[in-house]
Amino acid sequence: MKNGIKKGTFSRLIKYIFSHYKIQMIVVIAAIIINALASASATFFLQRLIDECVTPGLEQGLGAVWSKLLSILITMGTIYLLGIIASGTYTRIMATVTQGTLKHFRDDMFVKMQTLPIKYFDTHAHGDIMSTYTNDVDAIRQLIGQSMPLVIQSTISIVSIICMMMYFSFQLTLIVIVFSALMVTVARKFAGASAKYMTEQQKSLAKEEGFIEEMMEGQKVIKVFCHEEESKKAFVKLNDQLFHDGDTANRYGNMLMPILANIGNLMYVVISIVGAVMVFLGAKNFGLSGGGLVTAGIIVSFLDMARQFSQTISQTSMQVSMIAMGLAGASRVFGLIDEKSEADEGYVSLVNAERNEDGTLREVDRHTGLWAWKHPHSADNTVTYSELKGDIVMEHVDFGYNDKKLVLKDISLYAKPGQKIAFVGATGAGKTTITNLINRFYDIPDGKIRYDGINIGKIKKPELRRSLGIVLQDVNLFTGTVMDNIRYGKLNATDEECIAAAKLANADSFIRRLPDGYNTMLTGNGSSLSQGQRQLISIARAAVADPPVMILDEATSSIDTRTEALVQKGMDNLMKGRTVFVIAHRLSTVKNSDAIMVLDHGRIIERGTHDELIQQKGTYFQLYTGAFELE
Amino acid sequence: MNTIISTIARCVRQYKKESLLAPLFVTLEVILECAMPLAMADVIDKMTGNSLSEIIKLGIALVIMAMLSLFFGAMAGRFSATASTGLAKNIRQDLFFKIQDFAFTDIDKFSTSSLVTRLTTDVTNVQNAYQMIIRLAVRTPLMIIFSVIMSFSINPKMAMIFLIIIPLLMLILFGIIFTVMPIFKRIFKKYDAMNNSVQENISGIRVVKAFVRETHEQEKFTTASENVRADFTAAEKILAFNSPSMILFVYTSIMLISYFGATTIISSHSAELTTGELSSLITYGIQILMAIMMLSMVFVMTSMAVESSERIVEVLTHESSLKSPENGIKEVKDGSIVFDNVSFKYSKHSSKNALENINLDIKSGQTVGIIGGTGSSKSSLIQLISRLYDVTEGTLTVGGVDVKKYDLQSLRDNVAVVLQKNILFSGTIKENLRWGNKNATDEQIEHVCKLAQADEFVQQFPDKYDTYIEQGGTNVSGGQKQRLCIARALLKKPKVLILDDSTSAVDTKTDALIRKAFREEIPDTTKIIIAQRTSSISDADIILVMEDGHIVERGNHDELMALNGIYREIYDSQNKAKEED
Repeated sequence: MKNGIKKGTFSRLIKYIFSHYKIQMIVVIAAIIINALASASATFFLQRLIDECVTPGLEQGLGAVWSKLLSILITMGTIYLLGIIASGTYTRIMATVTQGTLKHFRDDMFVKMQTLPIKYFDTHAHGDIMSTYTNDVDAIRQLIGQSMPLVIQSTISIVSIICMMMYFSFQLTLIVIVFSALMVTVARKFAGASAKYMTEQQKSLAKEEGFIEEMMEGQKVIKVFCHEEESKKAFVKLNDQLFHDGDTANRYGNMLMPILANIGNLMYVVISIVGAVMVFLGAKNFGLSGGGLVTAGIIVSFLDMARQFSQTISQTSMQVSMIAMGLAGASRVFGLIDEKSEADEGYVSLVNAERNEDGTLREVDRHTGLWAWKHPHSADNTVTYSELKGDIVMEHVDFGYNDKKLVLKDISLYAKPGQKIAFVGATGAGKTTITNLINRFYDIPDGKIRYDGINIGKIKKPELRRSLGIVLQDVNLFTGTVMDNIRYGKLNATDEECIAAAKLANADSFIRRLPDGYNTMLTGNGSSLSQGQRQLISIARAAVADPPVMILDEATSSIDTRTEALVQKGMDNLMKGRTVFVIAHRLSTVKNSDAIMVLDHGRIIERGTHDELIQQKGTYFQLYTGAFELE
Repeated sequence: MNTIISTIARCVRQYKKESLLAPLFVTLEVILECAMPLAMADVIDKMTGNSLSEIIKLGIALVIMAMLSLFFGAMAGRFSATASTGLAKNIRQDLFFKIQDFAFTDIDKFSTSSLVTRLTTDVTNVQNAYQMIIRLAVRTPLMIIFSVIMSFSINPKMAMIFLIIIPLLMLILFGIIFTVMPIFKRIFKKYDAMNNSVQENISGIRVVKAFVRETHEQEKFTTASENVRADFTAAEKILAFNSPSMILFVYTSIMLISYFGATTIISSHSAELTTGELSSLITYGIQILMAIMMLSMVFVMTSMAVESSERIVEVLTHESSLKSPENGIKEVKDGSIVFDNVSFKYSKHSSKNALENINLDIKSGQTVGIIGGTGSSKSSLIQLISRLYDVTEGTLTVGGVDVKKYDLQSLRDNVAVVLQKNILFSGTIKENLRWGNKNATDEQIEHVCKLAQADEFVQQFPDKYDTYIEQGGTNVSGGQKQRLCIARALLKKPKVLILDDSTSAVDTKTDALIRKAFREEIPDTTKIIIAQRTSSISDADIILVMEDGHIVERGNHDELMALNGIYREIYDSQNKAKEED
């Protein structure tokens, strides 16, 4: 790894492009070569024009060289025409290839991302993942769309110009090579220094942007405390630093181009003087074209080539940082595509069922309110069905998000079908972790969690999750209408079903008061709604899924107690006879549960009904009477 | 458009010198760059001559020119860097300062995230465009003009070729740009929407997985990405005409110059045109066409920055909707508050009032409890008191004086609000608390923390009051954060203290201790407490029950219990089980 570029990224990128656009790429490369050769040949013609037409023409008159002139011009025109066609062809095809490749990258990343375990999202900053989609993909666009064709073209130009130079004169070519070595050295020096200052600039930019974000977020608090002047002072300090670093970085960046261009000019001067001296002295010239005297025509076309040469080199050197950025971006994109997907060895699936007369179950393809686990038996190719009851057992479960610290220690619990199980405990006690294990957001070693007697490792993950309705602590709504958001719970739900779910979640009345009712567009995670309203929608979303088992993780924390009571009544009706897990901060939310588990530092320290726990006069009692703090 | 340019131009200020020097040096650089091919042509022509010394003289002149050109170019780069980063610095500062003067209404109007974008991305766009303008916008037209003049001085007849070709190429390049720009503008919106959906997917990945919606999300995304691909490809295909048309014109001019040049040289026997001059003409031709290409690029960059400038100027020219009156009253007599027929709505355009005909008389030192459902406008009510928003109708007085007559800072120093959305800033606990009073001593800080029941847990931190709070206060719990925010407000020694649901994450016992401390330590301060729990407000002098922008019940605990209304219902629902025990 150097500069964040993984080894082999370049060849993999090329392979990736070719795997999708093989024919197009072959055409493109051919067209680029034709275009480069056509532009390189321009100088060649100029030399022929001068040496074969102008010089003899001056002696013999126009008439004598007329046909020669015409034939040179016609050949020239034909080759130029080819160049123009080639250029048009490859720029158009590259538009297709570039955008198409970017789409493939985006799709591959996104499709992959959906299969990644939750752990990935825990350990990677969301801003960084996002930046792969935006900045890195954009860097690749620059690389494929601009830098690559340019570099291919430049390489061909440089090679062909060198060949032509050698054709004309070895001595003069030597000068060009010395100067181009100088240019490359200078460019590298500058690129190094500029990269250093660029990093400084990026750092202070990140610092300032962090500050801006924090201050904008807290702008109302600033106003309440009349803290405007202080925050201005702090800002000016950061802003001045950013100016200083940005100024230095940009100076270096801006100076490179004039420096390279003028080294090119110097080379031009040196060649013309050396050339003139050679002509003057009648020096012998050595070139692939053979020996002979140095002619004015040779010098003129050589100078032209030298200028093209130095222009090409300085243009290409400007691409170096682009290429590095593009490859670093590609490394990160491939890195995301290569991430390991969530493992799933489950084979038991969930189906809608109906009861046969003899009490056994049969699979049906409509919602019956009765679910069955479908077990395929590979030994004899048969399937058996067992009823989904919602019986969940955890036995001696230990779990930690990393090896350093156990979050759950020796957790055992039994949730009987139809029961409402509550978890109570301080932040970080492990309440949410337990539910994360039940739906296999995180995996634990086999056999310790059983669902209707089945080891949950054997249940297909999607099927397991489909059987569990979850309302999460942090509400996430998607851009779309309120109706779309509720329907997310069951994609084929009718409007009526969604509205019924909203009524059940007590969200119907406020939704109807929104400007467009159920068709109100929500953006920015429903930022136009209050926290409580967003929670109500997320409850409706879970309710429309009508799941056999429900997990409510602080689902009503921002809803006032009156509304909460109504929501709870609705949910209790929906989940009658089904298992419900409730995590809550407010004890009033969990009071009517069948079993309440009090968690402390990953252990269950008390369990029982509300009345039993109150009688025990333990931690729950203290919490309930307000003698103990829940934080 | 004029206001945009003049507003942005006003931000140049101390970088005027650099902003003028940069184009000046660019001009010098261009002059040299254009003169050089002419001198070089001379060198070529002298080659056939017999004197070497002239060639060497010219050579030395050329070397000096190249060195000068290098110097000018480097200087231009240097000054343009300072000018553009300086402009960006000033714009950012002006924006930031302006936003500091914004009222709540203005912040709501622009939204936090859009203000952040304006301060970051938009400023960067303008900075890049400015650098481009002071370097290239001068360079390219100059390049074209000088090159044309030079060509004319070589051979006016031949130079006519350029005069025909320049407008043609411009027509085509700008034609392409004008076709493509609106298309790009449109699809950039789609592109943003696509990235937005990725963002949503990442932050909502648990929801996606919990509902097993991976396939659904994949389908949604691939459709969006296919749309973006198709649109971008179509637009770029139009843009792809740029390069071949450019080459077409380069080649055409080379051909024309070669033909006319060769015939002119021969027929005039080098009198009207020489071989060296022919080579220079070609150089000028390519220079002109390249400059036109650059010009079209400058144009694209600038027009992209125009939108950013518009967004910046929108903030800079926005008048804060709420201003401190000149010579406002600096002293707040006491903590009495009177709402006289107050109505309030957040925006002129909203059809419904958030608060409707509120009449309320609070005596100094009283404790007022407010309870009510989500969206009942509890917060709106209290935000009017410290003039975070202005009343729409009616009058609101604090200490017997209309709030609009107070100096804003004095009013807000005397009416402390602990907002529902509590925020601690990155920095130590001490630094955060000193927001309430810059000059507070350590003893004062400890004292208010004791009142807010925060001292105990702060003392348990290894660094105590010097504990560093992370951005967003992520390293303290919700309840701890709330108590620190209360302490911060107490440090102001306000005449009115308002807690907007500020103890929701604090347990009932601590909550009671905080209220006890209020009663005993700051008896003269008017306290307004918004809460969800009846236990937080049951001992208040006045309890208000709000619903839908109205006060529907008012009285003390006993009166409201007797009333048998909403308050009673809430109280019962929260206390039923307790009574059963």
